Amino acid sequence: MRAIRAVALLAASLAAVACQSKKPEAAPPAKTAVAPVPSGDKILVGHVGSMTGSEATFGQSTDNGIKLAIEQWNAKGGVKGKPISLRTYDSQGKPEEAAVAATRLIVNDKVNLLLGEVASSRSLAMAPVADANGTPMITPSSTNPRVTKDKDKVRPFVFRVCFIDPFQGTVMAKFAREKLKVDKVAILRDVGNDYSMGLADYFLAKFKELGGTVVDDQSYKAGDQDFKAQLTAIKNKNPQAIYVPGYYTDVALIARQARELGMKQPLLGGDGWDSAKLYEIGGKAIEGSFYSNHYSPDDPSPRIQDFVKAYQARFGAVPDGLAAQGYDAAMVGFDAMSRAADGSGASVRDAIAATKDYPGVTGIITIDQNHDAVKPAVILEVKDGKSVFVSTVNP
Amino acid sequence: MRRARLVLRSVAPFLIALPVLWLAQGASPPDVSIVLVAIAVNVILAVSLNVVNGFTGQFSIGHAAFMAVGAYTAALVTTGMQDLQLLGLPEGSSDALVFFLALLAGMAAASVAGLLVGIPSLRLRGDYLAIVTLGFGEIIRVVIENTKALGQATGISGLPPYTNVVWAGMGVVATVVMARRLLLSTQGRALLAIREDEVAAEAMGVDTVGWKVRAFVISAAFAGLAGGLLVHKIQLVTPRMFTFVKSMEVVVMVVLGGMGSITGSIVAATLLTVVLEWLRGVDQYRMVIFSLLLIVLMLTRPSGLFGTREIWDALPRWLRRRVDGGTP
Amino acid sequence: MTEFLQHLVNGVSLGTIYALIALGYTMVYGVLKLINFAHGDVYMAAAYAGFYIATALDVRTHPTAGKAVAVFVGSMVFAGALGWAIERFAYRPLRNRARLTALITAIGVSFLLEYGFQLPSFQAQGRTFEEMLRGWGWTVPGWLDALVSFLPASFPPGPTPRFFPEPFVRVDWTVLGGVHVSNYDVVSFLVAVAFMLGLQWIVFRTRFGMAMRAVSFDPKVAGLMGIPVNRVIATTFVLGSVLAAVAALLVAGSRPRIDPIMGLMPGLKAFVAAVFGGIGNVPGAMLGGIVLGLAEEMVAGYALSSFRDGIAFAILILMLLVRPEGLLGRVTVEKV
Repeated sequence: MRAIRAVALLAASLAAVACQSKKPEAAPPAKTAVAPVPSGDKILVGHVGSMTGSEATFGQSTDNGIKLAIEQWNAKGGVKGKPISLRTYDSQGKPEEAAVAATRLIVNDKVNLLLGEVASSRSLAMAPVADANGTPMITPSSTNPRVTKDKDKVRPFVFRVCFIDPFQGTVMAKFAREKLKVDKVAILRDVGNDYSMGLADYFLAKFKELGGTVVDDQSYKAGDQDFKAQLTAIKNKNPQAIYVPGYYTDVALIARQARELGMKQPLLGGDGWDSAKLYEIGGKAIEGSFYSNHYSPDDPSPRIQDFVKAYQARFGAVPDGLAAQGYDAAMVGFDAMSRAADGSGASVRDAIAATKDYPGVTGIITIDQNHDAVKPAVILEVKDGKSVFVSTVNP
Repeated sequence: MRRARLVLRSVAPFLIALPVLWLAQGASPPDVSIVLVAIAVNVILAVSLNVVNGFTGQFSIGHAAFMAVGAYTAALVTTGMQDLQLLGLPEGSSDALVFFLALLAGMAAASVAGLLVGIPSLRLRGDYLAIVTLGFGEIIRVVIENTKALGQATGISGLPPYTNVVWAGMGVVATVVMARRLLLSTQGRALLAIREDEVAAEAMGVDTVGWKVRAFVISAAFAGLAGGLLVHKIQLVTPRMFTFVKSMEVVVMVVLGGMGSITGSIVAATLLTVVLEWLRGVDQYRMVIFSLLLIVLMLTRPSGLFGTREIWDALPRWLRRRVDGGTP
Repeated sequence: MTEFLQHLVNGVSLGTIYALIALGYTMVYGVLKLINFAHGDVYMAAAYAGFYIATALDVRTHPTAGKAVAVFVGSMVFAGALGWAIERFAYRPLRNRARLTALITAIGVSFLLEYGFQLPSFQAQGRTFEEMLRGWGWTVPGWLDALVSFLPASFPPGPTPRFFPEPFVRVDWTVLGGVHVSNYDVVSFLVAVAFMLGLQWIVFRTRFGMAMRAVSFDPKVAGLMGIPVNRVIATTFVLGSVLAAVAALLVAGSRPRIDPIMGLMPGLKAFVAAVFGGIGNVPGAMLGGIVLGLAEEMVAGYALSSFRDGIAFAILILMLLVRPEGLLGRVTVEKV
């Protein structure tokens, strides 16, 4: 009796497997605000992001930015008259999930454009899939040079709309040496995050090259709540500034705890700081610190202010840097699609590669021969609970 | 005669599987083949963990770490030997040979890791063993994250895409044959004895610690195989792929299938991978559904789908005798 | 020297948090022989409960002592209720099964809390469902829309970290020529010691404590002796969860960022602390917590900060190899 039950169970599960092999698209409709449609006379955009897990807040921000871009284009009639819809798959913060998600989006759902991911390690898992299938991929925030370049060859279908680590790291190093006249700096990096590690490495190299000394190099893990051990060690070495190229979620707490220990040095950082939560959680502790970013939120240009207002109306919160980059990645993609000769992957790819001086909210974007975005960086200072513009650095 | 039969029975599955896998690979579009590879990797992980958790009755929850060791070692071998052409073979065969060697190297490294972890840990029992294996798992991951030569947080990318349905499938066959042979052997009986009553086994002269370590090493080796296969499909290896959550997913598969049942592990791993893929449309709820499933399962049927039974136990007697080779 | 003293202060401050959580672990393990993996997530849920109460009472702009008390009490009550519910519905049915089954269930509950709190708010989910219906071409009935409007708009909180307003005002002192301490550190320490002493007293000087010890020796026989086993176990769970809530509020108050996975690592480390001190032993948990906090601080401050998490596990492994019953634990003989 029991054996028969077991056999029946096995048969059922084998049937499930068989069904999976033949019809992988037995999935229920995607849970997105924009209803999914197959391509043809419609445009389908695929987004792979961390919707759950420790980086979920970044993936969801990016997704919001993309959604806003799609809605704005659809309000104008879509790309070449075709409405755009979005399908988002969760990478759960894992590279292998990102690879499977990207494969399903490209092969199964036949997306015209692939967006994602925030972290370079996950984008690296997606890039070969995009190249192998000829689908253009734009990453909004992955900063490791290897995402667009495989050893020495530029990946044919992969692009990015953000800085690369070498640029941003050196920007802050130069600012620290030349403008702030810092001789001794300490670094506090997120050891589990390739973005933070990349920025820290390039900053370190440039800072030393410019004649400065790095007195200490400490690490933390994203999600830690206690940084006093590392900060106390840093305090003892008396740096004049501390470079913390992490995400705002941790930087705000780090700033607080540094001040609690009586440390008065300014903190320096990168575009991972860009969020309203930085001031909310950081409070007075983050005042007087500097970070490099793509744009200045108090930039009066209507383009940026319109974006901030539209985002706030749609999502009820001020956009953070990741949302802005997601928005720009989508916008650049749609702009290219409207310029492309036809809807094929190759011509869209060519159009993206030809993007020149596109007015994005994260800067005037030009795609260079390495498929990276060439745009100036701005240095911002945190003052009175917001970021104020200090200077622009051109590449 | 007996010997020849035994060898034949061990080799036959591979020979039968090979053409089937070739056909499957030819028929699968890329999105299906990547899911098949994912299923294969999970099956290998579940069956290999079952050797320790199911056959030997120990509770190890650090399996992902051995996967990591195997994955990184295989990655280092393939990236190191990428431009070599072995033995003057044509490129395709040379690559296959390199991959084979890389996988073997991965398994070897993982078994060494298993030995290093097993020897101190397996003197402990039950919950303590579980936590120690968890601890070792985390330590190995932290070490990888801090080693520059292994790429730290970014890992190693640009791995050649050697894994396909055939390789992954053969990996599954190897693991299942290993598990089956082990279960039916004298050595396997020692493991089962340890599971049933460790003190009694020790009293009967079974070297419990020694056998537990051996089971651990074998289990770790095959976890390393799974790791090597996975990373050569997504062409990337990073520390984030091998967290405690991954270990728990494998444990869930083993428990769902029934600890001690090879069939159970295969079915559960397949089912879970497929279900999680199927739920991709409702991504945010996947893990919530997963955890609810786990709780409900433990409350209603903790022995899992198959308990300790195998699918072939259900075969009628005369067929079973043929399959088993003499002993009912 | 100042640096060392500062590390000492930091380490003890960190350690008291581990100690508070470890006390809950050790009590539950003592009574049920179960590693309650969900304990760290009860800690997290308590922090969110405090957050919601504080937001409702507008503690951010107008903090008062009364409101602080309300936040604490409310959060402790919630945590106790959650702990009771978990025990009642997830663990009690498995009381007579293999320990492994209960352990896996505990892990399931832990994941459920972590990922459940990462879901978008119920109202947002309802709206997404409405969008989906519209996408299929159906019209959304009025009653459904009204129902969705009633759903909570801010629970579950989602993965974005939140700012936790200080329940009581933070005061920082500089002592001994450069060592920085805050009132939160002092209060945490005193509270932990108080709880430890209180628990010790309960366990060894009250009838209830005797009942707890009896249940931990042998639940079946204790039941036969007339001890209300279910009630004892439930109360233990509630006590442990209340302690976790206190820890959560002290942490959230001094390190004002909360997110759904904030309980994972502290939970694991607190378990290590409990094992280190001797699982089942109340002063052992306190001692283990402090030692672990200090060890972590010293390693991170003086040696490699990137191995900070690894140090906890290294200590655990060493302890289990050298002295598995923990510092203050007693060796138990397994009867065959």
